Amino acid sequence: MSTAVAQTSTTEPKRKKNVFSDGQGTLAAMLISPTMIVIFFVVLIPILMTVRDSFYLKSTKVDPTTGMLPTGEHYVGLQNFTDAITGQLESVHGAWGSMPRLINAFVNNMWFTVVCVVIETVLGIAMALIMSKAFKGRGLVRASILVPWAIPTIVSAMMWRLIFQTGGVMDRIMGSQHLWLGDSVWSQVAVVIADTWKTAPFIGLLTLAGLQTIPAEVYEAAKVDGASAWQQFTRITLPMVKPALVVAVLFRTLDTMRMFDLPYGMIGPHKYYVETLSMFAYDEANNLRYGPAAAYSILLFILIVIVAFLFIKLLGAELITDEDVIALREQRKRQKAMHKKAKAMPTITSGESAT
Amino acid sequence: MSSAAQGVSVPALVPETGAQGGLTEQELQTLNKPARSGRDTAAMVAGIVGIALIILYCVIPFYWMVVSAFRLPSDGMSTAFWPHPASIENFKGAFQAKNNFPRALLNSVIVATVTTVLTLLFGIIAAYALARLRFRMKGVVLAIIIGCSMFPGITLLIPLRKMFTGYYSWFPNWMNTYQALIVPDLSFGLPLCVWNLTAFFRQLPVELEQAAMVDGCTPGVAFRKVILPLAAPGVFTTAILTFIAVWNEYMMALTFGVRPDMKTATVALSQFTGTTGFDTPYGSIMAAGVIVTVPLLIVVLLFQRRIVGGLTAGGVK
Repeated sequence: MSTAVAQTSTTEPKRKKNVFSDGQGTLAAMLISPTMIVIFFVVLIPILMTVRDSFYLKSTKVDPTTGMLPTGEHYVGLQNFTDAITGQLESVHGAWGSMPRLINAFVNNMWFTVVCVVIETVLGIAMALIMSKAFKGRGLVRASILVPWAIPTIVSAMMWRLIFQTGGVMDRIMGSQHLWLGDSVWSQVAVVIADTWKTAPFIGLLTLAGLQTIPAEVYEAAKVDGASAWQQFTRITLPMVKPALVVAVLFRTLDTMRMFDLPYGMIGPHKYYVETLSMFAYDEANNLRYGPAAAYSILLFILIVIVAFLFIKLLGAELITDEDVIALREQRKRQKAMHKKAKAMPTITSGESAT
Repeated sequence: MSSAAQGVSVPALVPETGAQGGLTEQELQTLNKPARSGRDTAAMVAGIVGIALIILYCVIPFYWMVVSAFRLPSDGMSTAFWPHPASIENFKGAFQAKNNFPRALLNSVIVATVTTVLTLLFGIIAAYALARLRFRMKGVVLAIIIGCSMFPGITLLIPLRKMFTGYYSWFPNWMNTYQALIVPDLSFGLPLCVWNLTAFFRQLPVELEQAAMVDGCTPGVAFRKVILPLAAPGVFTTAILTFIAVWNEYMMALTFGVRPDMKTATVALSQFTGTTGFDTPYGSIMAAGVIVTVPLLIVVLLFQRRIVGGLTAGGVK
């Protein structure tokens, strides 16, 4: 015990980079490294391999010097991306007319993301509002909301496929027949319905958790001040659930962007009205065209990074709620501000005279 | 509240009215209550209707799956709202020898259990450090973990497929092995597990360990004897959440388990074939769907409070 104290005190001046490094670093490193090693091997290495693969293509031309069919792959730079964007490889006909398959998948991806997330968010908020007002049946509603969440996506895809069959129950309810599972605008609608069903309750659940943190006094005060129900919703409810809601919407957005199981299981592969980037990349990998597949998945990865970044910067999604980390961030911000101030105003007296 | 306040401020009035009209304290209170307006009743009815709508929205498609599972296989696509006659033929169909469904269920159980145990082993200690210890780079570690959970699975799948199919001479062929089904699932299971457990550990008061250490426990013993038993519900919830996430996984399992005896349940049921091999046997697929889903649903409904807590703890705070 005493040696440990002595050790920390001797190493302290050197290692103390910030206020929170108080000698727990070694223990923390020991506890966290197994997880980090696993993540290194199952996430980081594969990503680096994907990045590398995206610049390579399997050699198909006969090598002129040896006259042999080469077995390896060669560096092609950005050709995997440019070929796909210019439509050199294949052009498909989807909801947006004839276009390169990659662009089609990209537009589908964005379209599904925007439409699904908007509908899910609106429905989710509505559900949360209803649940927060309810006095009876709370347990029942919570139980039923967990049903869509717990069903595996592929099972729900098969379930919706049955519902959307030609002459199936959806046609019977609507009283008209549509090619829900063909390659048409209706199949897009079907995917949106199925996705919304599975995830709107989830947003509702997370929003409800945010709603329950709003004290009732705030609403009472607003009522006294004569605020209408709509004003209460837009001026109190929305701003106060925003932190919870933004995080929920962020996760849903990223989840919809990598959508695979649902369109794949429900509509099927090679249906260009519903093909997403994940499905396209998966198909290319299945055809052993690893280079292009890696390129498209990297594209999706970059998109996801951009969207996550925008959510965090523009909408202020607060993902990391650790007190130490937040305190440290605040401290850095203050230090930066102080440096700036010090640069702008070399002496205090001049600062005072300026104001 | 307001009537009591009035009573205090004008004490002379209360006994007077009591004497004149023969009103008791209780009757006064009921009279002072604001009459229930039509608007309140409307709001209550709207609330009940809203709740009913949410429940129907969530349950009806699932109901359709159950109903379709209990039809006769020959009524496969019937649109009757009630199975008539009800039968369990579809369940027998799901367990036909050619579907290999029992083996697929076993595979799913093995993969999900092993992944959950592994992630808990790694995750518990990491989450404890993240929740309790102060160290440099904590923000970076948290960012890496949350970043991993946002990741598109396809980016991992492509190089892993290349590796596992024996493309590289330095890597053994792992296709149709349990490790090929389990290792990729760690990529999303572990971040999920660490993130949830960190939230749980943070909720436990730090004074508990401090008290244990004052009583002479080392940090390790304090963790084992004090924190772990208290965090057991959190660990249990995290285990359920991870198990469900792995159980529901499809893309990796579809890629790495192609031999009939190495498919997981979700993959197997999506590939059931009918008598001709081209028609889709919806009845037995729905029956298999019910079998895959109902055990999960029972667990989820039994522990719904904890699971909702776990989901919101992971996502919101």
